[in-house]
Amino acid sequence: MPKVKINGEELEVPAGITVLQACELAGLEIPRFCYHERLSIAGNCRMCLVEVKPGPPKPQASCALPVGDKQEIFTNTPMVQKARNGVMEFLLINHPLDCPICDQGGECDLQDQAMAYGFDRSRYHENKRAVPDKELGPIVKTSMNRCIHCTRCIRFATEVAGIEELGATGRGESMEVTTYVRHTLQSELSGCIVDLCPVGALTSKPYAFEARSWELGKTESVDVMDAQGCNIRVDTRGAVVMRVLPRLNDDINEEWISDKTRHAVDGLRFQRLDRPYVRKQGKLAEATWAEAFAAIAAKLGNLEGGKVAAIAGDQCDAESMLALKDLMDALGSPNIDCRQDGAKLDGPRGSYIFNAGIRGIDQADAILLVGSNPRWEAPVLNARIRKRYLHGPCPIGSIGPAVDLTYPVERLGAGPASLRELVDGKLSFFEKLKAAKHPLVIVGMGAVARPDGAAVLAMARELVEKLSAVREDWNGFAVLHTAAARVGGLDLGLVPGEGGRDVEGILAGCEKGEISAVYLLAADEIDTKRLGKAFVIYQGHHGDAGAHRADVILPGAAYTEKNGTYVNTEGRVQQGFRASYPPGEAREDWAILRALSDRLGKRLPYDTLDQVRSRLVVVNRSFGAINEQQPGSWGPFGQGGSASDSPFVSPITNFFMTCPISRASRTMAECTASRGQAMAAE
Amino acid sequence: MSMITADPQDVPKVEHFAFTPENLEKAKALMANYPPGRQASAVIGVLDVAQRQHGWLPRAAMDEAAKLLDMAPIRVYEIATFYTMFQLKPKGRYLLQVCTTTPCWLRGSDAIMKACEEAVDGKTFSLQEVECLGACVNAPVVQINDDFYEDLDADSMKKVLDAFRRGETPKPGPQVDRQTSAPVGGPTTLKSE
Amino acid sequence: MLADKDRIFTNLYGIHDWRLSAARARGAWDNTKAILERGQDAIIDEMKKSGLRGRGGAGFPTGLKWSFMPKEVKDRPHYLVVNADESEPGTCKDRDIMRHDPHLLVEGCLVAGFAMRAHAGYIYVRGEFYNEAETLIAAIKEAYEAGLLGKNACGSGWHFDLYVHRGAGAYICGEETALLESLEGKKGMPRLKPPFPAGSGLYGCPSTVNNVESIAVAPTILRRGAPWFGGIGRPNNTGTKLFCISGHVNKPCNVEEEMGIPLRELIDRHAGGVRGGWDNLLAVIPGGASVPLLPKSICDTVLMDFDSLRDQKSGLGTAAVIVMDKSTDVIKAIARLSQFYKHESCGQCTPCREGTGWMWRVMERMVLGDARIEEIDALEDVTKQVEGHTICALGDAAAWPIQGLIRHFRPEMEARIRARTQKLAAE
Repeated sequence: MPKVKINGEELEVPAGITVLQACELAGLEIPRFCYHERLSIAGNCRMCLVEVKPGPPKPQASCALPVGDKQEIFTNTPMVQKARNGVMEFLLINHPLDCPICDQGGECDLQDQAMAYGFDRSRYHENKRAVPDKELGPIVKTSMNRCIHCTRCIRFATEVAGIEELGATGRGESMEVTTYVRHTLQSELSGCIVDLCPVGALTSKPYAFEARSWELGKTESVDVMDAQGCNIRVDTRGAVVMRVLPRLNDDINEEWISDKTRHAVDGLRFQRLDRPYVRKQGKLAEATWAEAFAAIAAKLGNLEGGKVAAIAGDQCDAESMLALKDLMDALGSPNIDCRQDGAKLDGPRGSYIFNAGIRGIDQADAILLVGSNPRWEAPVLNARIRKRYLHGPCPIGSIGPAVDLTYPVERLGAGPASLRELVDGKLSFFEKLKAAKHPLVIVGMGAVARPDGAAVLAMARELVEKLSAVREDWNGFAVLHTAAARVGGLDLGLVPGEGGRDVEGILAGCEKGEISAVYLLAADEIDTKRLGKAFVIYQGHHGDAGAHRADVILPGAAYTEKNGTYVNTEGRVQQGFRASYPPGEAREDWAILRALSDRLGKRLPYDTLDQVRSRLVVVNRSFGAINEQQPGSWGPFGQGGSASDSPFVSPITNFFMTCPISRASRTMAECTASRGQAMAAE
Repeated sequence: MSMITADPQDVPKVEHFAFTPENLEKAKALMANYPPGRQASAVIGVLDVAQRQHGWLPRAAMDEAAKLLDMAPIRVYEIATFYTMFQLKPKGRYLLQVCTTTPCWLRGSDAIMKACEEAVDGKTFSLQEVECLGACVNAPVVQINDDFYEDLDADSMKKVLDAFRRGETPKPGPQVDRQTSAPVGGPTTLKSE
Repeated sequence: MLADKDRIFTNLYGIHDWRLSAARARGAWDNTKAILERGQDAIIDEMKKSGLRGRGGAGFPTGLKWSFMPKEVKDRPHYLVVNADESEPGTCKDRDIMRHDPHLLVEGCLVAGFAMRAHAGYIYVRGEFYNEAETLIAAIKEAYEAGLLGKNACGSGWHFDLYVHRGAGAYICGEETALLESLEGKKGMPRLKPPFPAGSGLYGCPSTVNNVESIAVAPTILRRGAPWFGGIGRPNNTGTKLFCISGHVNKPCNVEEEMGIPLRELIDRHAGGVRGGWDNLLAVIPGGASVPLLPKSICDTVLMDFDSLRDQKSGLGTAAVIVMDKSTDVIKAIARLSQFYKHESCGQCTPCREGTGWMWRVMERMVLGDARIEEIDALEDVTKQVEGHTICALGDAAAWPIQGLIRHFRPEMEARIRARTQKLAAE
């Protein structure tokens, strides 16, 4: 380990890091604009200049300079101070200094660093540069006069997002960051460039002029738009969620989130269920909680358990799913399911989680995608695969939809027959997987959410076992879910009990009149027409498909409005906190079920959230380890037999609208409109 | 001097561009100058071939070059707007590239510029003020298409322009009695041979 | 004065044919095989002993530069890259080499490429030199046909391919790493160093970038020996050098002369003297636009080599002598250079992108006298904020001419400001 002296203090630092990183280890903050930990080094802003000995008699860009043994680094000399002051002055001469009307105000790197390095007046008496704004679509608003040409956005788009659409045209002071051709950025991660922009050149279009950062309440939470469990911060003003930002978590999302995660939240303001409803003479009518509960009690009181069924939705918290399961058990119903899409997943935990972990992608040295389009199913995870691809040789193959994943993929086939061939070693890609130390087989819902899903699953298991990909130090079997609630639901056993019906069985039962009452816990992704004449209780937060069909509506809370536990696709248990209260008379979901159980005379054994959470751990111990990925048990799963010829199809047809919240979102509607054609083409 | 950095909106819309077979061969020959997988190295050359074919460089040609070179179009747009020899707007038959950098200015490029400005009509002649052309001992210099016209003054400049107007190609190089970069009146060195 | 027998560029003015047979008659390609047979180390040693310093401006010892290349070729091929992006205002020497004596360059490429264990070389020619590039391409073709290049070049057993790469109008591509970027098909934006090209250059492979003149003189140095070359000029400033004399002289010209020749002798002997006589001299930019100008008082005695000019806070640069007589608006002359740097800044790093525009605009006002006296100090301060803070040397190059102007002609700048102020007051 090299020894360096930083401002006279000796420090041992890891070899291979930069001077800037060494300074950070020493607890010194180095100002910077272009440097970003997760992007390539540009060295262009020149703000991070430090004095280094031995070296030339001029300051050096610390972000790009490797540390060397016996290096002396100075961050506080007059030379350094003068250099930084100079760079700051240059950055400001053509900057409009329009902070009062800039959305970045209050959280602006330029503003902050100008406090430390800026002058209090300008020596620049010439005209300032004017740069035309660019049209980048519904997510990113541009104000290019403010651009300081750090190129973070260009590097993010090119490197992380994998869309080479942003560039810098022209040269010198005429250089402009642009797409050159006007069009919406063809990325699901475009909002990240707003976070990355150190000034107000790129700001959030939906959030434009809505609020100031210091007015907002900030709550840590977990995203439910997909199954990755991206860590987010929910910013609220009063009861309104103003925006969602990523939180740093290297295990899960690094510091990226998708545009849907970020911008679907305006959907929380529309189509909300804010009071109970009861259907009277065919029409839903406003009701009190007591009336709604009475209507349910009247129906369920006379039914035997086998005639009652429950379906849990894709964004439910574990607490409410546990309460639903407990209630159904109490009612004597084995008809419960959390797999709206019919995924054939109910084996040991190892059979339904992303065993390798998202971090495992970094380690993988050959990747196979089976029936998955990760770019739409989990865009941030897809970026991680791309990062792996960029990092060095790693063959990536796919059996499933032919889509542009932002990295080259060897397409091996479309459906189960190709998977069979691969398992039998008939495709050359098998050798690549076989040669890999850490082969990773990612199984998407497109492979298992189909009638022959169990057979496909069995083939996938056969493959990983043949590859010796499941062993003490590595488990390369990785299920990529699309529903945030799914792993939690499976962990809690929200699958049919002895003789019980799954979603398909429930719907078929409704059609035949064998099921008389269905409890939809925020379940909107089923074909509600098939509910037949069943009495439908819908508990949820949006007036989406389920509510339209409901006989009784119980208004629940969206994910930002409750303290909830979620288990992501890796099987990692995470908790989100309440950022605001649910609207009107809506309540937290587990509490609704608890109250209803009381009215039904089947009182559930918990009165507080803590008690519910204690019970979660009783039902499944993995709920006791918050934020950790619990290894999944391995055992036989899947089912032999033949699979059909039909190709694997990703369950997502429009990335921007996959849930009641995103369907209610105006921003997502705009994204759909502006990218609809492009997505259809893909 | 004017630098176009954004996709120019005020140019004729060119929907389609295709290399002629000969030019495609030329482009591919340029690409073969570089190691396998490094064909992007030929981007300047390929754009030059396109520009020579079309007279200027419309976006359709950049897109075609991007396809040929397996580059993202934005990377080609960056190149085309960075290097000053790419003409993103239509130009006249003869592009008068007048150098006005100090060595030329010291020897009267202002007069040359004036003479050229008067000649510009957009059809026969277009004008571009350029930076040092690298022929400073023969200043002032004007590059007309590929050729350098050197040691100019207002009169000789006008003569050169008139010749072009008549459809002739005046002899490039010094417009005074002089052997290339040797001193007027004959070299002071290399006389022993 | 340098004797004709000691001149390397014997067809500098293109009086004779540039083609292979004529070039051979002048001594080019004379037993190149024997040079190569000496081996890489001997060649590099000889170059070091000759004292040749890079002719592109920075004056870094050429032999030493070659010796930075790895001693054996591993997984990555080595590349020779020749910088023929001659764009430094005042400079037009490489053009003459390419159009009139291209075989000196081509032979030099083989020798240099061999010495640095490269099997391929690229000559990056500025785009405007279309005809020069064509000549060079033809010369290379001749060399291939004569078995001087390609497989078993000159019968040496060494495989060497040489290509011409044309630029498209960007001064910055004369910066070696910007040149490499451009050669790779990107914008000519300088790279951060380290890594240096000898470790990771073209396509991430060991590479060396040399100026045309440095390469073109190498075969002659090797043929005639380091003592011959080292015996010309002054210690540490040896050899012959192409000078470009432009501006207010009676007979502007290129000429090959001895390093260390007095500036006055250079101008008087070869360029027919300063227009209106030596006493009509105002100032000289002695080494291309990037170096600070010198007032007449220094020009009277200064010697034209790296160390003498550095001692006068200027530099030899490319040895492009720009002469200004007393009729010159020297502020405008320098302002025009500021415009040049503003136009040629690549835009990558902050101080250069913003500073070159700022300096130019202030300089334009200085030309008119439309400024306050204190702004001269502010301008100088801005040049210091650019200098030494940029990725490449273009920032320094933009700063120095202005610093030189302020150092030597501050009274003129102040006088102009006062004159304008008085004129406005009078109106």
